[in-house]
Amino acid sequence: MSGRKRTLEAISFEFVITVVAVIALIIIIAPSLVVLIVSFTSGFSLRFPPPGYSLRWYAELWNAWQLHFAAKNSLIVALWATCLSVVLGVAAALAISRSRTLSARLLDSLFMSPLVLPALAFGLAALMLFSLVGLPVSPLTLVIGHTVVCVPYVVRNTVAALAQLEPTLLESSAVLGASRLYTFRRIVLPLIRPGIIAGAFIAFMSSFDNVPVSLFLRDAATDMLPIRMWQDLEGKLDVTIAALSGVLIIATVALVAVMERVTGLSRRLTN
Amino acid sequence: MGTAPASRDVTSYGMGLAAPLALFFLVFFVAPLLQLLWLSLHNDTAALHWGLGQYLHFLTDPFSLSVLGSTLLLGAEVTLVCLVLGFPIAWLYQRVGPRLQTIIILIVLLPLLTSVVVRTFAWIVILGRQGIINATLQSLGIIDTPLKLLYTQFGVVIALAQVQMPLMTLPLITALGRIDPNLDDASCSLGAGSWRTFFRIVLPLSLPGVIAGCTLTYAAAITAFITQSLIGGGQMLFMPMYLYQQASTLQNWPFASAISIIFLLAVLAVVSVFTTLGRMSRGYGGA
Repeated sequence: MSGRKRTLEAISFEFVITVVAVIALIIIIAPSLVVLIVSFTSGFSLRFPPPGYSLRWYAELWNAWQLHFAAKNSLIVALWATCLSVVLGVAAALAISRSRTLSARLLDSLFMSPLVLPALAFGLAALMLFSLVGLPVSPLTLVIGHTVVCVPYVVRNTVAALAQLEPTLLESSAVLGASRLYTFRRIVLPLIRPGIIAGAFIAFMSSFDNVPVSLFLRDAATDMLPIRMWQDLEGKLDVTIAALSGVLIIATVALVAVMERVTGLSRRLTN
Repeated sequence: MGTAPASRDVTSYGMGLAAPLALFFLVFFVAPLLQLLWLSLHNDTAALHWGLGQYLHFLTDPFSLSVLGSTLLLGAEVTLVCLVLGFPIAWLYQRVGPRLQTIIILIVLLPLLTSVVVRTFAWIVILGRQGIINATLQSLGIIDTPLKLLYTQFGVVIALAQVQMPLMTLPLITALGRIDPNLDDASCSLGAGSWRTFFRIVLPLSLPGVIAGCTLTYAAAITAFITQSLIGGGQMLFMPMYLYQQASTLQNWPFASAISIIFLLAVLAVVSVFTTLGRMSRGYGGA
């Protein structure tokens, strides 16, 4: 086989795969950029490119009290669901992370199952249970439902952080006379904290963005932001939603940048 | 559990710490699902008469079966598109410098954390009658009248593929990172070309990642209620919307429960097929 043919073959391979990769990356990033640009339109439609640029729809957003109300509800529910997920999830992760017993593996599968099972089916099931026991839909039922679907992220990231922990550190600490609680507070917790924060962050974002569970567990008094947006989009294409999307995209980019600094988020999700 | 002397076992924590979450899941996750199953086994809304009527209704109704079929097909199409587009990203990631790696990973991560309504909304702007694609094609004179892209299967697949791409790409990046780069060189120096090396060495060794990515993408794509309903519109019905209509609009809870159980079983079946394949591929990769 001639060297030239080999090189040509290698170049063709690298060219094709790189071009596909670049196209794929453009497909991933383009929608967010498009929405960001359209949100600054001075016109009344979602035409791209916009006829001119202004901040009018962001100003409009300032007065959209329905969206404010829904955003406040979503934030409160997401904060409570995240707190509950961290308390329950970190404790469970400590228990199952180093155990190889059957019960630990079964519990692990149970805690992870909300990630694959259709959340809409769970939402309906939760609504039926709450109505059976006579608990009306409220922020409380929303927090409970969101916690079920968000806690897997905390468990998974905490278990991963614990797996990186050197057991000898804990043994040395014990040999030097530290109590279990002291070792946990001074050694374990500082080392797994980035993992817990990363898990809590993903749990918060997925609660804030949750539709399938909220759909069944909210009512008019507990309107949630993604559902409000969805219903607005079903009705008419409102440019205010573009401005809101712009705010959400910018907030997400900022939060991801902070999380990347604090927890090394990208390495955590590819290891 | 508990056979080692307590004084020596300082590296693990007791299973008791898992009890609160286990209890929480038992009450708020397992119990509701059992109740769902119980209700689906009744023929009437008052849940007085036991029977398989709801399931028989679903399984003998051509409309219901076509909704199930098109949902499972949609998942397969989205998964395939994600794999074809996601694999080159993972491949590129392993061959660029650390700075570009961070940029790639952040581009992949960003949509995962951006609101799904926002991402879907973006596709309405792109695919709509006055959207970017139609505007560009019209200004180039390629088409006279706008193409119908929104409310089509094509639109749903491409939008869902973008929305679910991170779920495919992240496990692939992990899997490709675990392959010994020397294998690549060895294969090439033994005379296999780049294409052959890719299909005979890289792809088989990354199968665990491929399967993990396919499982997550498939499960997410078929349950993606928002994207399906906004991009698909009223004419295209998939299982999540069907379930929601029956439960919420028609208040037919027993039938909605049966739909949920059938949908759950379908997802579980697909996941377990993937898991079995994953177990087999790990044996292959280790050989």
